[in-house]
Amino acid sequence: MTLLLVAMGLTALGGLCALAAGRRPRAATAFGVGSAAAGSALGLYAALGALLSGAGRPLAGAPQWSMPGGSLSLELDALSAFFLIPTLLLSGLAAVYGGEYLAAWRGRKNLGAAWFSFNLLVVSMALVMVARNAVLFLLAWEAMALSSFFLVAFEAGKPGVRRSAWVYMVATHLGTACLLAMFAVLGSRAGSFEFEAMGRAAQLSPALAGLAFVLALLGFGTKAGFMPLHVWLPEAHPAAPSHVSAVMSGVMIKTGIYGLVRLLAMIGPPPAWWGWTLVAVGATSGILGVLFALAQHDLKRLLAYHSVENIGIIALGLGLGLLGVSLNLPALAVLGFAGGLLHVLNHAIFKGLLFLGAGSVLHATGTREIDHLGGLLKRMPQTGAAFLVGAAAISGLPPLNGFTSEFLIYLGAFRATAADGGTIPAAVPAVMAIAALALIGGLAAACFTKAFGIVFLGEARSARCESAHEPGLSMRLPMLVLAAGCAAIGLCPLPVVRAMGPVIEPLAGPAASKVGGELAAAGGMLLAITIGAGLCLALVALLALLRLRLLAGRPVEETVTWDCGYARPTARMQYTASSFAQPLSALFRIFLGTREKLRAPEGLFPSAAGLATETPDACERGLFRPAFGGLAWLFSRLRVLQQGRVQLYVLYVVLTLLALLVWKLG
Amino acid sequence: MELNWRPLIPPAAAFLLSPLLLGVINRTKALFAGRRGQPLLQLYFDIFKLLRKGATYSRTTTWVFRAGPVVGLAAVMAALALVPLGGLAATMPFAGDLLLFAYLLCLMRFFTVLAALDTGSAFEGMGASREVLFSALAEPALFLALAALARHSGSLSLSGMISGVGPGSWLTQGPALALVAAALGVVVLAENARIPVDDPNTHLELTMIHEVMVLDHGGPDLAFILYGSALKLWALLALLAGLVVPVRTGSAAADAAAAVGGMLLLAVGIGIVESSMARLRMTRVPKLLVGALALAALALVLVLRGGGRP
Repeated sequence: MTLLLVAMGLTALGGLCALAAGRRPRAATAFGVGSAAAGSALGLYAALGALLSGAGRPLAGAPQWSMPGGSLSLELDALSAFFLIPTLLLSGLAAVYGGEYLAAWRGRKNLGAAWFSFNLLVVSMALVMVARNAVLFLLAWEAMALSSFFLVAFEAGKPGVRRSAWVYMVATHLGTACLLAMFAVLGSRAGSFEFEAMGRAAQLSPALAGLAFVLALLGFGTKAGFMPLHVWLPEAHPAAPSHVSAVMSGVMIKTGIYGLVRLLAMIGPPPAWWGWTLVAVGATSGILGVLFALAQHDLKRLLAYHSVENIGIIALGLGLGLLGVSLNLPALAVLGFAGGLLHVLNHAIFKGLLFLGAGSVLHATGTREIDHLGGLLKRMPQTGAAFLVGAAAISGLPPLNGFTSEFLIYLGAFRATAADGGTIPAAVPAVMAIAALALIGGLAAACFTKAFGIVFLGEARSARCESAHEPGLSMRLPMLVLAAGCAAIGLCPLPVVRAMGPVIEPLAGPAASKVGGELAAAGGMLLAITIGAGLCLALVALLALLRLRLLAGRPVEETVTWDCGYARPTARMQYTASSFAQPLSALFRIFLGTREKLRAPEGLFPSAAGLATETPDACERGLFRPAFGGLAWLFSRLRVLQQGRVQLYVLYVVLTLLALLVWKLG
Repeated sequence: MELNWRPLIPPAAAFLLSPLLLGVINRTKALFAGRRGQPLLQLYFDIFKLLRKGATYSRTTTWVFRAGPVVGLAAVMAALALVPLGGLAATMPFAGDLLLFAYLLCLMRFFTVLAALDTGSAFEGMGASREVLFSALAEPALFLALAALARHSGSLSLSGMISGVGPGSWLTQGPALALVAAALGVVVLAENARIPVDDPNTHLELTMIHEVMVLDHGGPDLAFILYGSALKLWALLALLAGLVVPVRTGSAAADAAAAVGGMLLLAVGIGIVESSMARLRMTRVPKLLVGALALAALALVLVLRGGGRP
């Protein structure tokens, strides 16, 4: 715990130094990157130690704090450590990447402020995960929201970026409002804002626990990006600098999942409807998230919608876990929680990788528009290969890490359906989860063949794209490390899953004693996956050798792509991302509402024609815009009170005081 | 020490016999059309001929194009280690192997699609786009059908699910198993690019799905692709045959012979389907696949109602 505090202090201090060195960009970058990377490495070591030892380590002897209701109670237990590991790993790598990525803005932007915000974001995320007092937690939560707001608004001069940042600001504060209410309800019943006391109070009253669960679902769900509270993700993630998008999408939204999981561990035995709710939320977020992702042609917006999808998969896992606890099916409980939480780690790795890859593309070509890219694998081989690994991992393909976590969730659902004498109340949501996961898997594969295929394969669709080149080592290295992480967890999931025992135990309630046994049983299957994946890789190597042997000494020629004998194909004749996704967006048009603007060719010798497609967010358009419009109308009615005359305002003050006096004394 | 060869029979049969299935389908179609048709072993001849050839690559392509056939074939070969042959268990059965099986086929498709996009051809992009749509819709049907079988047999491995289906199960759970078989049948047709989803004999690039994606491959690469497709057809038909031909004698030779015979009969069935109906319009295919999903869901309702095996 002390080591982690030192790491956080180091990162914060480096951020302050960067702020002080604001006008000297090289020094600011050195302070920011150095302290964030060193602090993350140190914190990672502390978190790994805490996870492997399993026992919680509260901070003893903390000084009293004068904040009413607040105290400096901190603890590093297995659950905190498990969430800290991806957070610190990705933050450190993103900082290394960001040093070179932000170099283009030297002299134009205050990089000191940017690095101060980044380091503050890292420290506040870590603090959120170790805080055990509601006031401290909310302060860290707000610091996290504000620092990321300033990072999203980094390019505030660009059109749209300010709007995105404001959408994020409003959304995060609506979420915080729910959290405030939740902590107020729990705290007033418990008489204390310590997590432990609040948990005990909630365990005594099912109604209170239910209320807290709903408020947490709204508050933490806004941060995590549950549909329909996700509207800020596709706005904020594309607007932020890419290393910040990686941190926000890879780990910052997971603080929402962490909060939910922490609350679930606190407020005790869940009724079945919590599990049902999470399964429904997860299936909706997962399916609609990936559908909206398919319809996008902005690379980073596409990745942002995929975060909604993956949060949906995590919610499916957690929901099945809760059902397992409430229906007393230990296998379902353990496999659901293990799959959901492992997906938290996996998603951080591959989504971080994909955002960093998208950042390299943006860095090299200056555009995020998928339909203006193409053929980048030849010009950026390492970025391309790393992006391919991430794309395969997020599609849940073996032998990469995305498969392992989805496998655990599937396995839990299949066991609830088939084995254990599966009862109908468990089997029905389990079958829903299976169908949803299968559909999500298929659609995610569609989406990432599109993203990788159109951006990195084929011919370049623009001049900027033809002159693109690989970024420097400090941008490539983080991507390669993350790609190796995808392969490592995919090939050897067993040690990771074994280490998760103490993370799951507090969630499993009465089944806590069976966690170890169930994980060991799942371990056998994970070993079989390792063997199967190894077999597949060995076959790939064998067949590749066979192919080389066969082709050796034979004529191998090069020519143009077959186009029915047409001799002069151009890059513009290629299939685009929009055309690739058209059959899907047409099939699911009820949900997507894709708008098409077609300028058809006219006349005998048509000169100009065009097609533009746009898929705005259905929730924003159909739900939030009318709601906020209504609020604005309501508040505009209140303007009659505000005439701009000081005398009138003095009258209001006097009237208020009088009313207060009458109420208090009368 | 005596080695136990039984677990190696299912993949060995697949590796040796899978091209024969396409020969049977083509001969059936020829019979219906009143032609003599190509030799039964034509696909073997094609594969060996292609393996002896050189190759021609498009200048647009990268290593992804060359990796496509290799990864595709390797994935389906690895998947065959999980597929039982009738009552004979697979080489490496484990609880949950159905997931690895389905996702290995997904890996194969992923790389086929990427290899198609690597050529930069609009035709291949079109085929790739259709392939990902139809397979995304086929996936839930496959999983629900397998979930129904899992519920019926109480086992989570493909081998356990198939060996759990005996003649007795058709008596007690006939309607549910028939629905599962129908759903799996549609998945087999869709996943293997057969009529009514895709026409393997079409000659117009615009109307193809699977064939158009491999237009630019030649030589050993094409041989890998053809062999991989034959293996994939075998893998999915083996599941279907294990379900509809519930011969469980306990003798390896008899069980394997019954399963292979059942697969050959199913191949004749595919030939009959292809001879007797036209391909569906592209916009109608999703309805067929969602229909298969509905059948699988109905089957699941029936087996859930019947209660699981203790």
